[in-house]
Order: sequence, then structure tokens, then C-alpha cells
Amino acid sequence: MKKIISVILCLCLVAILFTGCGYEYQELNLVGKYDKSLKGTTLNVYNWGEYISDGSDDCLDVNKEFEKLTGIKVNYTTFESNETMYSQLKGGGVSYDLIFPSDYMIERLINENMLKKIDVGKISNYKYIDKKYKGLFYDPDEEYTVPYNVGMVGVIYNSALIDEPEHSWEALWDEKYRDMSLNFSNPRDGFMTAQMILGQSVNTTNKKDWDKALEKLKQGKDVLQSYVMDEIYGKLETGEAAIGPYYAGDYLFMKEINEDLEFFYPKEGTNIFVDAICVPESAKNIEAAMMYINFLLEPDVSLANAEYIGYASPNTAVIENPDYYYYKNEILYPEEKDMPKVEYYHDIDPEIRSYYENLWIDLKLY
Amino acid sequence: MKILSRIYVALMVFFLYAPVAVMIFFSFNSGESVWVFEGFSASWYADAFTNTEMIEALERTLIVAILSATISTVLGTAAAVGILAFRKKITKNAIMSVTNIPMMNADIVTGVSLMLFFVFIGKILGAYESLGFATVLIAHITFNLPYVILSVMPRLKATDHSLHDAALDLGCTPISAFFKVIIPAIKTSIFTGFIMAFTLSLDDFVISYFTCGHYQTLPILIYNMTKKTVTPDVYALSTIIFIAVFVLLILYNIAGNKSDKKRGVV
Repeated sequence: MKKIISVILCLCLVAILFTGCGYEYQELNLVGKYDKSLKGTTLNVYNWGEYISDGSDDCLDVNKEFEKLTGIKVNYTTFESNETMYSQLKGGGVSYDLIFPSDYMIERLINENMLKKIDVGKISNYKYIDKKYKGLFYDPDEEYTVPYNVGMVGVIYNSALIDEPEHSWEALWDEKYRDMSLNFSNPRDGFMTAQMILGQSVNTTNKKDWDKALEKLKQGKDVLQSYVMDEIYGKLETGEAAIGPYYAGDYLFMKEINEDLEFFYPKEGTNIFVDAICVPESAKNIEAAMMYINFLLEPDVSLANAEYIGYASPNTAVIENPDYYYYKNEILYPEEKDMPKVEYYHDIDPEIRSYYENLWIDLKLY
Repeated sequence: MKILSRIYVALMVFFLYAPVAVMIFFSFNSGESVWVFEGFSASWYADAFTNTEMIEALERTLIVAILSATISTVLGTAAAVGILAFRKKITKNAIMSVTNIPMMNADIVTGVSLMLFFVFIGKILGAYESLGFATVLIAHITFNLPYVILSVMPRLKATDHSLHDAALDLGCTPISAFFKVIIPAIKTSIFTGFIMAFTLSLDDFVISYFTCGHYQTLPILIYNMTKKTVTPDVYALSTIIFIAVFVLLILYNIAGNKSDKKRGVV
């Protein structure tokens, strides 16, 4: 009996450790109107991991503030890829009120009638969204989406280890950087680097194009150190590798750790993505979802998110705020003349998708 | 020979604990980097506690672990008693094999099939959404049960049958005989079963992943951090969990030794 009691006491001790510890953030200035009419309801939010300002590092705790403001309980859960999110939605065992898919996935969700229309007229802060990101290919009539974050892929290199390369994807094929260069380990991004050099569209449906891109990648495989995703952080920060492609927002975090890291957008062009807020067909608490979207677009909230996440914000109230940590940052917000050529990923026909995925396996085995 | 065996043990301990040691070390890093040690600081611990998302996930994990371990301990002990009460050896063995299969089964198979099952039942009942706290709890009880049975069974077998009969002769009802005589005799193994179930549930990823719905536990939250990189506050939190479990096991061992000595088993 004593043992059981001691275990229970231990667990209580742990539980005590984990509660409390709240802190107060300074007063938020809110533009939109929020009320407690939906108090007591629950809002199910399904977002990428680490993709909202969450109260760590003394930053704003967005969900907690929203709960305090409206009395709505935010049930916040996360996913790690568009595909995971898609299969969860498709599986049907669970319903969400808000999701944050990327462009090509939105296209697929709309095609499969899995999204509800959003009345942007009801979202007063929608006016802050940059015109550039309204009515994009996946949602030309602004019916389904509200942009959340924007990102572009570029090449990161370590200026202490190598001289500035020519601003081209060819740098990843360059014999000079043998065993020091990295490339993406996921097929879509990996193929993109070769397709840009070959001048193809990243959304080509011609199998011969994909074959050619594969040939190009095979030529470079010998020079590469490895194919990576998240491991790139450590490899570039420590100098284990000298050059590799990744997202601009992530580069800014690496730069804080290793000052020698530099960045460029290749002249051939690159991929751009938008992650947007959508309401899936299974949503129940639509009113609360609209309130939450409006809250995310608040200048103060968007600012906290933009600084926490480090990706480019589509919110003009953030972009034009001189106090913004990345104000006029030339990597996140290049001026018109420095803007690289960009291409979005579109939802690709399943047959082509499985075709290039097989080619990718070929490459890994090559 | 002695030196060799010592080296062998040292190597084993090293490979078991070096990764944890590295993680604990870096949880005290003052910098953001998870590769370069910049200086000593406990700031990630403070950070971990202000990260509400993480704390909520931890709460969920602990709730599921404690509940599922408790329920499966009760059910598992009852099952072990029941299985041993069968007269025919063949029935006994058959039932044991049936309970063991889920343990051998790959987690991913268990996870996917449980998910399909829950969604299927949910659709039949017309539930709006079927996955959530209840399903993840049921799933955890399901995979914990065989471990509890496996832990209780041998001790129960080893207890003398005449103990129970003696208790009855001395005026116990069968139920009070069970609680006053049988349970105290096997309590150590019940407790081992509980601890095993608790830790299994605490770090289960695959099965929870498929059955949790909105009720995301800590391992899933950490996995989902791959859009950005994992931050050191995760190390801090994992360190705390590791130490909590470690202390729990030490206490349990001390308690176990004492009671064994008292009874003269050692």
C-alpha cells in the first residue's frame, strides 16, 4: 500500500510542477470586434507543428489570448505534412474547424469538395492581406482561403568554408563542393532543383521531362554529401556541409546560430509556397472559426506569429511595421527588382505523382 | 575474464544511457543550437513551462498513461486469475496465446486496425466524430493488457493454492480471501505490471497516432515539430520525464527489496 501511495505522490508532484507558471503579456491592441457570444464552445484547430506563437520565449500565446478574449476553448492539434493532414481529413474519424494546408493541397481539397466557402466579407481584418496573395491559382475567386504564411526556397552556403558561388542551382552540382553539398530528400523539392536548371515547369505532366530531370539529378548524386530535410540545420550550422537548399525563413534562424551562413535565390527561379487558413467541410463551429481567422490577422497577433515562425507574412500591417524584427528584410521581402522568378507547386495528377516518386526511388538506389 | 565482462557491461550501459546523457546535457545549453554548447542555463526549462501547447499535450499523455495503466492493471489481474482457474491445460494455453498475439503484432497494424474499427463503430452509431480521448484510452488499455497479464501470471502460478483454501477454512468469504490473501501475495507483480503499462503508454507513438483524433499526446506533438526544427525545450521536458520515471523506478525497487526481505524471499 505504501508503495502505491508513494507512486501517487510522485505523480502528483510531477503534476504540480506542470501547472501554473503563467505570465502576463502586455495589452494587445485589437482592431476587430470580439465578443463572448460563443463562450463555452470549442474550436478545433489543426495546424503545422511549431507554426504559431505559443508563449515560449516570452512571446505572445495566441491561443490563450484568444480564449481569454472570447471564452472559446481552442483545441489545438498539429500535423507534420500536408499528406498527413489530408489522410486525417479523408479518414473521417475526426473533424476540424480550421486547417492550414499549402497551395497545392488546397487545390486538391477544393477539387474533392472537402472545403467550405469562407465569406471574407465577415472577416474585417482581411483588408490587411497583401493583394499579391489574394486570388492565387488555387482559389482565384477568394472563396476558400485566407493566406497565413509565404515562403521561398533558396540556397544557403557557409562563407567561411567556400567563396560566394554563382547564384545558380548548378552550385549543387559543382565539383568544387564535392562532399560538401546537400540537396532535398523529398521528391518534389529535389526534382525542383533539377527542373529549374533544365528550364522545365515544376508542374510538367510530360513523363520525358521527369526522366530528364532524373538524369540531371543522377549526374549530381556523386558530388553530393547527402539528401536531407531537417538534418540540414545541424549540418550547415556546424560546418559539416557547406552548401544546401532550404526555406528562406529557416535560413534566418540558422544565421542567428552561425553568422557565416549566407543565402541567395538562384537565377533560374525557385519554388514559392503559401500556407493558407481553410475551413474543412466537416467543420461545425463556423462562427468561432471566423472569429479566430480575424484574430490571426490582427496586426499585433500577425506580428507575433511572423516573428516566431520566421516565414514571410502576407499581412501588410506586419510588412509595413518598422518595429517588425524582419522589417524590410531583403531575404523574406525582396524588392521587386531582386525578386527571383518563382513557380508554385500545383496538385499533380496521381499517375504522374507515382511516376516521379518511383523515379526518386531509382535515384536513391542509383 | 572478469575485466572483459566488466567492459561488456560498461559498454552496454554506455550505449543505453549516452543518448539520454547527451540530451540532458544539451537541455542546459544557453543557446538555441542543439550542436554547440554555448553555456550553462536553465532557460529552456522555464520555456518548456510557458509553452502551453506542450504542457497541454503532457497533461493529456499523463492522464491517458495513468488511467490506462490503472484500468489495464485491474482487468489484467482479474484476467490472470480467471485464466489460471481453467481446469484444462489446452484452454489455458489457447487463451494465453490469444492474449499474447496483440503483443507480437506490429504497432502499426494494431494502430490502423483500431482506427478502422473505431471509425466503423462511430459511423454505425452515427457519431459526428469517433476519434478522441475515449478511443486513445481504449487503444492504450488494449495494448497494455497482455503485458500486465504476463507480469502477474507467473507470480500467481507460484503462490500456493492452499493459501486460498486456508483462508476459506479460517472463515473468509471467497471475495475477502482474494483481497486479503491472494492480492497481497502477488502485489509486487501487479505493481510491476502497472509500471510497465504506465511507461508503455507514456511513450507510445504509433498506436496513439492513428487513434487520437483531437487528443494529441506529447510524442505526437514532438513528431509534428518537423516543419521547423525541434527546439531545446523539448529536451528539457524529456529530461524531466526521464528523471521522474527514473525516480519512480528507484523508489519502487527500494520498496520491493524491503518487502521481499521482510518475507525472507531474498
